[in-house]
Amino acid sequence: MKRTRLLLAAAIVGAALIYLIIGGLRGSIVYYVTPSELQAQGQADAGKTIRLGGQVAPGSKQWNPATLELRFVLTDGKHSVLVHHRGAPPDLFTEGQGAIVEGTMGADGAFESRSIIVKHSEEYAPPAPGGQ
Amino acid sequence: MTAAVGSASVLGALVVTVCGIAALMRGRHRGPAGWIRSGYAAPVGLFVLVSVAVGALETALVRSDFSIRYVAGNSNLVTPLLFRIVTLWGALEGSILLWQWILALFTLIVALRYRTRYPDVLPSVLSVLLAISAFFLLLMAGPANPFAQLPVPPADGRGLNPLLQNHVLMIIHPPLLYLGYVGFSVPFAFAMGSLFSGHLRDEWMAVTRRWSLAAWTFLTAGLFLGARWSYDVLGWGGYWSWDPVENAAFMPWLVATALIHSTMVQARRGLLRIWSLALVILTFLLTIFGTFLTRSGVLASVHSFTQSLIGPLFLAFLAAAMMVSLGLLAARLPTVRDDGHIDSPLSREAMMVLNNVVLLAMAFTVFLGTVFPLAVEAISGVKVSVGPPFFNRMFVPLGSLLLLLMGLGTIFRWGQPGREEFRRLGLVAAAAAAAAVLLTVLGLREPLITIGIAITVFMALAQLMEYARGVRARRAATGEDPIRALAGLVISNRQRYGGYLIHLGLAVAVVGIIASMSSRVEVERALSAGESFQIAGYTIRYDALIPKPAPDRLVVAAHLAVWVSNGRAMAGTRAGGPAAVVVAPSLNFFPQDRTPVATPAVRSSWREDLYLVLMGVDANGRRVVLNAIVNPLVSWIWTGGAIMVVAGVVASWPSRRS
Repeated sequence: MKRTRLLLAAAIVGAALIYLIIGGLRGSIVYYVTPSELQAQGQADAGKTIRLGGQVAPGSKQWNPATLELRFVLTDGKHSVLVHHRGAPPDLFTEGQGAIVEGTMGADGAFESRSIIVKHSEEYAPPAPGGQ
Repeated sequence: MTAAVGSASVLGALVVTVCGIAALMRGRHRGPAGWIRSGYAAPVGLFVLVSVAVGALETALVRSDFSIRYVAGNSNLVTPLLFRIVTLWGALEGSILLWQWILALFTLIVALRYRTRYPDVLPSVLSVLLAISAFFLLLMAGPANPFAQLPVPPADGRGLNPLLQNHVLMIIHPPLLYLGYVGFSVPFAFAMGSLFSGHLRDEWMAVTRRWSLAAWTFLTAGLFLGARWSYDVLGWGGYWSWDPVENAAFMPWLVATALIHSTMVQARRGLLRIWSLALVILTFLLTIFGTFLTRSGVLASVHSFTQSLIGPLFLAFLAAAMMVSLGLLAARLPTVRDDGHIDSPLSREAMMVLNNVVLLAMAFTVFLGTVFPLAVEAISGVKVSVGPPFFNRMFVPLGSLLLLLMGLGTIFRWGQPGREEFRRLGLVAAAAAAAAVLLTVLGLREPLITIGIAITVFMALAQLMEYARGVRARRAATGEDPIRALAGLVISNRQRYGGYLIHLGLAVAVVGIIASMSSRVEVERALSAGESFQIAGYTIRYDALIPKPAPDRLVVAAHLAVWVSNGRAMAGTRAGGPAAVVVAPSLNFFPQDRTPVATPAVRSSWREDLYLVLMGVDANGRRVVLNAIVNPLVSWIWTGGAIMVVAGVVASWPSRRS
């Protein structure tokens, strides 16, 4: 009797927690894509928050300090995406190196970046050219 | 030569460890006493040999012996001496050596301290500790060899990761974290030892509680210092980003917190025995899992970690430890009994059971949020990430519930509640409600924040009330003055009053976290020399860019003048106003890295932090880009953390008795 009640309580708490976690996960999963994958998906992802990773194409970085507008091209060797970002490039951002940006795909085909993700630990690395 | 000494000591330590386990096992089964005695010598040999290995690697680092791959890969000729020394824990192989050194030290302490006190379980306890050592020594003898040599030593090394040598906290943050991590091996070994030997009395729990509390204190210090490092070095004005590396340390912390509370219920009421054993095991497994996450390369990509044997070996060890420990627990399950049951849902033990549920729910949330992206990638090849919004959405309700339970658990007494408890509960709740009203009157118009702070006030007042009650009772009994009564009170029951103080420290930190997360102001500006801008009551003028060459780097600092304008003094009308403060956020250019590392300038007060980051300098050096953030109450987080650590030391300091 006591044991059944305890198990019942545990089951209810567990179910509620899993319901909350799944709901939370569904709302905040951010897909990580390469320029090629983005190209393949077409307009399906427009407006959804995604992370885009690739190499900063050499010579593509345009930085206007007066308006704080940053433009660059992320490429994986096969496809390229133009990225708009408001704000200065972070410390670890260099042409020819990997970068990951988080934001949404605009209707005009340019990626509107909200944040450029900064390297955090010594093991963390953006993808090599050509995907994984 | 150094490499040969180091490799030989690692191999020697492995042999000593295996022989030690064999001797202890043999002696346990009624062998001659000599077996046990030689088994007890193993921890001494282990500690000496691992110390020699640490000494060898340090010698190589200090002397810049680039024939050793670890030295060449993580140090160079211009690295300052202090950072050459701490490079021991700057990368994978060295940190595994540090881990093993701490484990050897703890094993030695256990052998010396408990040899005469727990002769029946100690052979099993030491066998478990030595078995963990065997795994780490095996790693170092194989794929994670800190003494691996390069066929052709380079003229100079690659240098330490600039992010790691840019802050003084790098010196103590990793060792503290490892002291915490490895500390949980001792409770695990005692739990396993008593399950093995069948001597399942509660006395092993006293040892476990002390060690858990000490390890918890180290882990707490490590977590707060890590947050502080992130705040001071990474330049985004935050201190916690739910990064897997952070989560890896946070999960064992949460479960260990649950464990410390469940052992109190066990000691006091003789309940939750199986539960506490399970938590000891879970905490240990999570420390191994955390090391696996951060050290195997699995985070960069699920597929990359199989490139080295380290990841698979960790997983195999984790699986073996899990099967042995949980299997043993299941086998002994029928012999473990609780003395009765919880009498009332309004008792301290009931609140502690609920807090355990909430803490485990938190740990489970962090676990899923950390592992889910790895699982998705392993199954479908799609890379996803779970951002801070998920964790925040889960932690706001769970955290509020936990704070509430902390208050209630302190107010209610063990067993049955009396009328007196309800009077106190009413008093504290009324005071918290008054605090909420006061905040609203003062202009705080965010209901969620007001509620959060009110719950925190409720929790803090409950702790203060316990102090007040204790002091009053002691003064009535002894007639001491209040200060002496307070000191006497804490000394007479350090675990209890240290615990309340830990709760108070958490309350202070939580207020800082709520405030800094909910209302921060951020402005990014490009400025030429002489130009200024304003943010949240500060006026900031950019004066000059000053390069300062250092042996290992070039520091470029932007000199800024900062006025607190109080709403009156404005840029350009500074005559007679308060003097400016000069601050200099800088960029550090290291030769081994193409991209600079920022050093933010932080002007901190108890009310708020002004956080200034030099984001970049344009090509001709005439213009700089600054990011300014005003973050309220951040210093409360560090103060709260410091209180928690000091209180943890008070509570876990070894006494002569245990």
